[in-house]
Amino acid sequence: MAEKKIMLGNEAIARGAYEAGVKVSAAYPGTPSTEISENIVKYEEIYAEWSPNEKVAMEVAIGASISGVRAMASMKHVGVNVASDPLYTASYTGVGGGLVLVAADDPGLYSSQNEQDTRCVARAAQVPVLEPSDSQEAKDFVKFAYEVSEKYDTPVIVRTTTRLSHSQGMVSLQGREEIPDKPYERNISKYVMMPAMAKGRHVHVEGRMEAMASDGCGFPVNRAEYKDASIGFITSGIPYQYVKEVFPDASVLKLGMVHPLPRKLIEEFASKVEKLYIFEELEPVIEEQVRSWGISVLGKEVFTRQGEYSANMLRRILLPETANEQQQPAEVPARPPILCPGCPHRSVFTVLKKLKIHAAGDIGCYTLGAVAPLSVIDTTICMGASISSLHGMEKAKGKEYVKDWVAVIGDSTFMHTGVNSLMNTVYNQGTGTVIIVDNSTTGMTGHQDHAATGKTLKGETVPAISIYRFCKAIGIEHVVEVNAFDLPLLEKVIKEETARDEVSVIITKSPCVLLKGNVFPDVCVPVPEKCKKCGACLKPGCPALTKKEDGSIAIDATMCNGCGLCMQLCPFDAIAKEPKSC
Amino acid sequence: MTTKSIMIAGVGGQGTLLTSRILGGITQEAGYDVKLSEVHGMAQRGGSVVTFVRYGERVAEPIVEEGQADILIAFERLEALRYAHFLKKDGALIINDWRIDPITVVTGMAEYPDNIIENLEKKYKVYTINAMEEAIRIGNAKAFNVIVLGMAARHMDFAKEDWLRIIEKTVPPKTIEINKKAFLLGYGD
Repeated sequence: MAEKKIMLGNEAIARGAYEAGVKVSAAYPGTPSTEISENIVKYEEIYAEWSPNEKVAMEVAIGASISGVRAMASMKHVGVNVASDPLYTASYTGVGGGLVLVAADDPGLYSSQNEQDTRCVARAAQVPVLEPSDSQEAKDFVKFAYEVSEKYDTPVIVRTTTRLSHSQGMVSLQGREEIPDKPYERNISKYVMMPAMAKGRHVHVEGRMEAMASDGCGFPVNRAEYKDASIGFITSGIPYQYVKEVFPDASVLKLGMVHPLPRKLIEEFASKVEKLYIFEELEPVIEEQVRSWGISVLGKEVFTRQGEYSANMLRRILLPETANEQQQPAEVPARPPILCPGCPHRSVFTVLKKLKIHAAGDIGCYTLGAVAPLSVIDTTICMGASISSLHGMEKAKGKEYVKDWVAVIGDSTFMHTGVNSLMNTVYNQGTGTVIIVDNSTTGMTGHQDHAATGKTLKGETVPAISIYRFCKAIGIEHVVEVNAFDLPLLEKVIKEETARDEVSVIITKSPCVLLKGNVFPDVCVPVPEKCKKCGACLKPGCPALTKKEDGSIAIDATMCNGCGLCMQLCPFDAIAKEPKSC
Repeated sequence: MTTKSIMIAGVGGQGTLLTSRILGGITQEAGYDVKLSEVHGMAQRGGSVVTFVRYGERVAEPIVEEGQADILIAFERLEALRYAHFLKKDGALIINDWRIDPITVVTGMAEYPDNIIENLEKKYKVYTINAMEEAIRIGNAKAFNVIVLGMAARHMDFAKEDWLRIIEKTVPPKTIEINKKAFLLGYGD
């Protein structure tokens, strides 16, 4: 009997890559896709890397595929936007060795800036999409994706969602398939996409999509489960599980390939059930196509385009009489995510707030500086947008306007796309100030290395790209490195640099407090006899500090990381440090 | 058997993932089909987090619906209150009697409710422990979550020895002894 293991969806995708004989994997971390690479790296047979961004990762995978081996790129949904340039044209070139892009969507916005649906991108790029429903399928579908990729000469998207990526389920393991490398043959009509060649390849693209739509009716991943003919569901992915939970006796057409759609199979299913629902999270991608064939269905008029679905939601809408007898949820204070105790970003934001400076923000933990009590970040759009949007503000309103603005961007995000934005500011003579909050890691996604940390995904030590020297090299005169916790110096530097009539960069350096080995040896403790109850220490909103009923403060020793920010802010020396006891 | 549903609620960073992995391990070894659903990323940064564990002969949905949980393990009082309505009528509510103020309370936008445990006891079968104090007493504050798990284990059908074996397999090697000690402390043995 095959060995069985409980696996996270992302772990199962990694296992699928291993079993399919994948040799190259490239990715940029992003919730909910990160653990794919973190698990792939455990297989010595696969070369795996963190690339600086998703476009680069996609191109690395494309190159590996052209050279004749199976390759994978993985990223979150918004990463697919970054990678869409190579993706759209790789759709034309097709593949050498099988090429799979794992795209992780985030319905419900657990950790993202939007709720976009990768299936829409796939339709535009004319690339097939497979969508598994549990960990076992996640592994199996990745393997099937490589067969499809090579048979139809196409990149294949395996679409996962947060719920699938971060759910664990049983998976039976198999061995690795040893796929011989395809011999490389120069073929410019396939791999050089200049107009004349691309015209020819476009014909191929249309042909293969038609072939897949037809052959897809026989793909085992597309499965009609005929039971009660009075009600039928067309569904895929995690929503399939909700249908099975609530309607175990309904007829279900489970689509494992959601693009292109197996039209004949769908028409046949539709003809055999009385009432037909299409149950798909986010956009009505299946629904609109099925409707366009003249089939009558119920979809988004009953099920929302927003957020994550659940069995409970399906029950409430279609079977309200059987919905669980529910207790009302209690009214409780919200607990939104916050910066950790000891986070160096809190220190930087405390100074910006004191100086009443606005920040054009970026993607990372520091986005949390937008909300109270820090309230410093004014804008967050996408990776790298802080620097370029600040530049746009300056060009719109003049350089005086940005004197009380800065761009705030993390080290990993800077390496991702911030570098391009900064080159633009230099080239087009912007005068803004950029603060690179350098905590030596990709924090929000759980501490991944990048080109400026000096470590690879495989754990090898490599020369770290110096952000300071990079900024100098592109011609920025004023580049200052400051310890993020040195409040007086930080304040002085920010005042000086924002006043300047030329571009400047401040690199605030202090490693993420959650990084292994980065432990402050002490904890902060209140000195009650000196406390004047002024509340200065509470202003940055450190979760380890609370105000007691008498107005004095308590510091939770189990949460405090001993950064000493509160101590620096206390005008009365009423906070001291002592060695950690536990 | 019918599918059993367990929820672990807490504050991001309190170790709900480790606890759910121990639960996943023990249910899997007992031969059940099991699904776990976790929260990663931004929500983990000090926010309210919940992890679902479902096991039985065949499990479809990886998340627990309101009114469906057999056991709710809450690592903090306010989080017990937030998710209590997910419990079945006769479900068990295990609470770490500990308070962590959310930022909405710290900034004065909201008040931390009084008498949470007393009020929950009126509706549910509540079992409480100050696991943080106990964990500090045995030498490692971080082991508090395994103390709470030990207490919850009393309401499940797995042998003590199996729990200890799974803990040994799941936690980092350096923390095996302290975690076993913590489990037994919560288990009451």
